Amino acid sequence: MSGQDEKELAMLLQAAIAGDEKAYAAFLTRTAAIVRGFARRKIVQGGVDPEDIVQETLLAIHTKRHTWIVDAPVLPWIFAIARFKLIDAFRKRGRRVEIEIGELAETLAQAEAETVSDREIGRVLDGLAPGQRSVVAAISIEGHSIGETAAKYGMTETAVRVALHRGLRSIAKKFGRC
Amino acid sequence: MQTEELINALKADSARQSMSLGRTWRVALACAALAAAVVFYILLGPRPDFATAAHTVRFMFKFVVMLMLASAAFGLLRALSRPGSNIALPALRLIAAPAVLGVAVAVELVVVPSDQWRAIWWGTNISVCLTFIPVIGIAPLAVFLLALRHGAPTRPAVAGAVAGLLAGGLSATFYAAHCTDDSPLFVATWYSIAIASLAFLGMILGPRIARW
Repeated sequence: MSGQDEKELAMLLQAAIAGDEKAYAAFLTRTAAIVRGFARRKIVQGGVDPEDIVQETLLAIHTKRHTWIVDAPVLPWIFAIARFKLIDAFRKRGRRVEIEIGELAETLAQAEAETVSDREIGRVLDGLAPGQRSVVAAISIEGHSIGETAAKYGMTETAVRVALHRGLRSIAKKFGRC
Repeated sequence: MQTEELINALKADSARQSMSLGRTWRVALACAALAAAVVFYILLGPRPDFATAAHTVRFMFKFVVMLMLASAAFGLLRALSRPGSNIALPALRLIAAPAVLGVAVAVELVVVPSDQWRAIWWGTNISVCLTFIPVIGIAPLAVFLLALRHGAPTRPAVAGAVAGLLAGGLSATFYAAHCTDDSPLFVATWYSIAIASLAFLGMILGPRIARW
């Protein structure tokens, strides 16, 4: 089952890097489910919301996707990033966490669905510059395309892309920093 | 924001591609070598008897060991900058340079009479060595830490230390052309201390600069 995951995720990510947005969304959705299973298993006592780990990991995967080599396995890459973000989250909250590498295999099969609650990322989004925030919100929460967002705010598509890119980068940076 | 909504935003941002990590490291290595060369030629330059020294085994051995260190550190650093890569093998390669140097020290102790050990061990240039290997290596270290920042090191302190080893190995390769102390005893002691100082600096700076 994990071999199947590996193959399909690698194909999706390759297609995504070649410019296929749909493949990228599918890759991120499946990755989110896998990381969710991983985070829920690892976070036994409270204090850290697994879904925050999922979102921080997805952002890190996005901003660091150039660190994946086409021929390298995807799952170890995803789990290394997720583990790093999980340890980071515990560290920020002043806790130590022991995460064993050997347990990867058993977590692979367990993809899980999201439960709704308030997210760190929403708070970070509120801290963005107003221009970036409205663009990021329009595309993410309202689900508009680049073109629709450009029309809505009277911006060029390039300006929307730049604002989105900068907004996402500064969200990712805030997660890395604090 | 829900995860599905975040994915909308990431998807819309997927057209932008960053420089590949392989290319980043090649560019970084070229920049670092250039910076080290410029600083070396401005501040020191090769020793006057470079051409004759180039015929001696001890002199050439310094380049062999330092290049071995630099190439192994470069391989390990690249692996450390990619999440999930296998670092056991590149880490093992890092042992080669110290091992070879250790053998050379043993041979030197056999070949050279013991009453001369102290003289060749202390040499003539300790303070120059301890000053200029770090000085020549500082710009390369900065370059490698920036490249590391572009990567995604999950062990930033270790990666920073290895960046220091690489900067030190590169710097010492240039410095060796100036240095007139060629005994493995000298190299094993003072070069190592100078390189270790860069590794220590890298270990401190790594987690601060390469945060992600």
